[in-house]
Amino acid sequence: MKLLDRVLHRQEPPSGEIARERLRLVLAHDRANISPGLLEVLKDEIIAVISRHVPIDPEGVQVTYTEGPRVHRLVADIPLRTERRAQRR
Amino acid sequence: MSARVITITSGKGGVGKTTVTANLGVALAMRGQRVVTIDADIGLRNLDVMLGLENRIVYDLVDVVEGRCRLRQALVRDKRLQELYLLPAAQTRDKSAVRAEDMVRVCNELRESFDFLLIDSPAGIEQGFRNAVAPADEVLIVTNPEVAAVRDADRVIGLIEAEGKGPAWLIINRLKPEMVRRGDMLDTSAVLELLAIDLIGIIPEDEAVIVAANTGRPVAFTDNSLAGRAFHHIARRLMGEEVPFAPLKEPGFLERIFRWMRSEGEEQR
Repeated sequence: MKLLDRVLHRQEPPSGEIARERLRLVLAHDRANISPGLLEVLKDEIIAVISRHVPIDPEGVQVTYTEGPRVHRLVADIPLRTERRAQRR
Repeated sequence: MSARVITITSGKGGVGKTTVTANLGVALAMRGQRVVTIDADIGLRNLDVMLGLENRIVYDLVDVVEGRCRLRQALVRDKRLQELYLLPAAQTRDKSAVRAEDMVRVCNELRESFDFLLIDSPAGIEQGFRNAVAPADEVLIVTNPEVAAVRDADRVIGLIEAEGKGPAWLIINRLKPEMVRRGDMLDTSAVLELLAIDLIGIIPEDEAVIVAANTGRPVAFTDNSLAGRAFHHIARRLMGEEVPFAPLKEPGFLERIFRWMRSEGEEQR
């Protein structure tokens, strides 16, 4: 019955798997003392600073925290706003 | 001869610290160890009721610290076992009545006469927790296979590492094998991977634990329950024995017979 349920309706992974994924993220943020809210603040300030010097696409900016085996990093992905014609030359 | 001081802590409340402390005390004492269980949860004492010793308390930890009695007078001896004692917490005071250095001093005084001092830490990461961890040689972190308990355990592991305490081992308490099997509970490997810490025991969810709390007779006193056996496994590991992690289900009929045949001739515990 439960198996049938799962096959027919459930798209979601079992709740144990969801717990594991949620914990992975929560622990990473707890350990670094970097909350998702702080990442938002960082993103806004990075946008403000960089766009003073270079035209960027603020919508596309992403700041993420990743935990590696040795180094934990903040990764900022900042797409520049460029004219197509300028690229072609 | 100097006792090992082991603090049982968790961060989150209600995961089973006191149950673990009481049962490890019983299991170690049944194995011939001289044990003092120390209730460091000042103001919310419970280790006494878990051990069924609540009617025998005269003095407590705060009386010792404030010099109203000698340390030996405050120790309550468990008459069911040769060498199991309780140093109760005060019920009418709060955590600020004891400082970390008081705990260290009390434990140092007990070290020479015993093999194990088991400190039952209060929940949280404030003063009471710091007091409980201050004298520790080793730390047992109790968690349940659920999000909030694992998160808090991670926090506590971080604090213990930062203080240079340890080694720390993990006890996963209240695991439900049936829920793990259908994928609705974090399994042991997931918890260990998330927390990156060594495992010393897994206690299955077991109604016998509640019955034991009702009667004040910890499950480790007998061999009749899964949880009781799991506590003895941890006690043996603490004593340096290699004990494989057993499957967490009731043995079937045939398995019981095999087990009985194997145990014949062996020394009974």
